[in-house]
Amino acid sequence: MTTPLLSVKNLNLTIPTGSGTLHAVRGIDFDLHRGETLSIVGESGSGKSLTSLALMGLLGKSIARSADEMRFDGIDLLAANRRVMRDLRGNRIAMIFQEPMTSLNPAYTIGDQLTETLLLHRKVSKSVARARAVELLEKVGITAAESRLSQYPHQLSGGLRQRVMIALALMCEPDLLIADEPTTALDVTIQAQILRLLVDLTREMNMAMILITHDLGVVARVADKVAVMYAGELVETGPAQEVFATPSHPYTRGLLRCIPQPGKTERGAPLGTIPGVVPSLIGEVSGCVFRTRCPHARAECRAEIPQYGTPSHGFRCVYDDGALSEEGEFA
Amino acid sequence: MLTFILKRLGLAVLVAITVSFISFSLLFLSGDPAAALAGETASGEDIEAIRRLYGFDRPMLVQYGEWLFSALRGDFGESYYFKLPVASLIADRLQVTMLLGLCGILFALLTAVPLGVAAAIRPNSIIDRLALFLSVAGQAMPSFWFGLILIVVLAIQLGWLPPSGASTWRHFVMPTIVLGYYAMPAIMRLTRAGMLDVLESDFIRTARAKGAGETRVLFKHALRNAIIPVVSLAAVQMGFMLGGSIVVESVFALHGAGFLAWESIARNDLPTVQALILVFSMFYIIFTFLADVLNAWLDPRMRSA
Ligand SMILES: Nc1ncnc2c1ncn2[C@@H]1O[C@H](COP(=O)(O)OP(=O)(O)OP(=O)(O)O)[C@@H](O)[C@H]1O
Ligand code: SF4
Ligand SMILES: [Mg+2]
Repeated sequence: MTTPLLSVKNLNLTIPTGSGTLHAVRGIDFDLHRGETLSIVGESGSGKSLTSLALMGLLGKSIARSADEMRFDGIDLLAANRRVMRDLRGNRIAMIFQEPMTSLNPAYTIGDQLTETLLLHRKVSKSVARARAVELLEKVGITAAESRLSQYPHQLSGGLRQRVMIALALMCEPDLLIADEPTTALDVTIQAQILRLLVDLTREMNMAMILITHDLGVVARVADKVAVMYAGELVETGPAQEVFATPSHPYTRGLLRCIPQPGKTERGAPLGTIPGVVPSLIGEVSGCVFRTRCPHARAECRAEIPQYGTPSHGFRCVYDDGALSEEGEFA
Repeated sequence: MLTFILKRLGLAVLVAITVSFISFSLLFLSGDPAAALAGETASGEDIEAIRRLYGFDRPMLVQYGEWLFSALRGDFGESYYFKLPVASLIADRLQVTMLLGLCGILFALLTAVPLGVAAAIRPNSIIDRLALFLSVAGQAMPSFWFGLILIVVLAIQLGWLPPSGASTWRHFVMPTIVLGYYAMPAIMRLTRAGMLDVLESDFIRTARAKGAGETRVLFKHALRNAIIPVVSLAAVQMGFMLGGSIVVESVFALHGAGFLAWESIARNDLPTVQALILVFSMFYIIFTFLADVLNAWLDPRMRSA
């Protein structure tokens, strides 16, 4: 097998708080190859954004990062200095942020902000950069692209700003695109359109993509691999089709139950939810973090949880497959 | 942008007219101007004669129109006390005050903005504490006291600078420091707070995610947004400084417009007081207008306001 474009081993993020150390992200492992789309799913607060910011080297000053390995195309991201990271960011690794309304600078035009990225990394003229910006704005479905260049963020709707953010991330044709809930600000029909677009673009540019989303329907349609995140850990990772066909971790099963399925779910039936609350991650975290909500929890779940499954499809639960029945799982 | 400028200009002119009317009416609010001119020993007939001579018996609006028209041509009448044309009197004194005001605000901005930015980059660092100390000291220390300390140390003991007067640039060094230091704390704290706030914002993260270097992030992306409220504050302080500081002008014996204002109020020299009020107000109006234009250039969201 070829060496992965991005390889992360045992990533941990801690944040000091008034009441102790918050172990926000723990033991994250994953590999990503060129042209692949990895989708990270998990509920709000599970650490998806922190994980992606850690890859970009854009965590807040107070957040401590440690890992056994973080390698991007042969570059050791853990050892990379500011200069190296600056050359990577926006150029080879780009990110679309979750907050489209506030992620553009109110003082500069769309054109200035789009071309800035290209001008920072490539020796091109302003007019070349502008042409590239127009091309990408058209690609993300913005009409009258040329005239948008002289507009300011406050003159654009949320949906348009989101598209501008996508175009911005694509300016330098990155090798890795991290898209953190790229469609939250858009209405449903446009969501599908933008996702389709992102997937097409990753194919066209042979990019790898990390797609963060709450929406499992989206994952099923576009992801090659899925990583299910819960309270700062990856509880299950694997090829998307496999994970959807044979979800092995009780949390993944719970999540899958939350999406309405055509034919199976009755119209108007309430969406499934997983009862219970996420445990505090302040101080030492041990055992399975899902045990406060897991219908199968038992004494062993307090101890160290081994990783089961195949190297490609792994999960962390004391039940190695089969032993787990669907009975008694979330109603 | 052009419509914005025209709108603001229109507003400024309206305010200016209102202010001019108010400063004109001061003449009548402060008692009978004819009686004041005639002096305490004058008889009723003398006062009447003066009233007719100066035209105080005509309708007020007519007098206002006449006064405004002359004022626009730079004729503010004659000072009751100095017996000189008010316009040349003020022009003379304003030179000193304007020079001092400009130097003062420049000194304030050039110390406060870099200090505020540096403090915001590293909150709680040595430089942040130094900035805080300077700003608290600047606010606690009365200007006359600070001025006197400077005179004692720099002029008398070290002999580096002349203690008073206005004849060379060296005479302006200490007054500039005292006046500028008075304005510095507020500008510094506003810059620091603005930078801290802006540096937390999502678009700064976007700038970093583009691969922009720290200098570019700080100055192109952050300061441009953080400086907007500072511009308005500096404009008000600038207007204030051009009104002259009686304290600073007295301590350093710089006879500027502030000192003139004090003199003419003390001597009931109404035409001079009137003209000074008008001129000082115009400074405020002009600087507020310029600040609005500058802010609209800095922040496109304001252009539609
Ligand atoms: N700077 C910080 N200080 C303290 N806690 C933080 C900080 N940043 C993130 N956290 C906490 O870390 C956890 C993970 O946050 P993160 O933003 O990664 O979640 P997420 O999975 O992206 O959620 P969402 O789906 O809502 O975007 C959250 O509980 C959050 O409160
Ligand atoms: S380890 Fe135990 S608590 Fe955790 S998911 Fe498995 S069964 Fe549930
Ligand atoms: Mg998030």
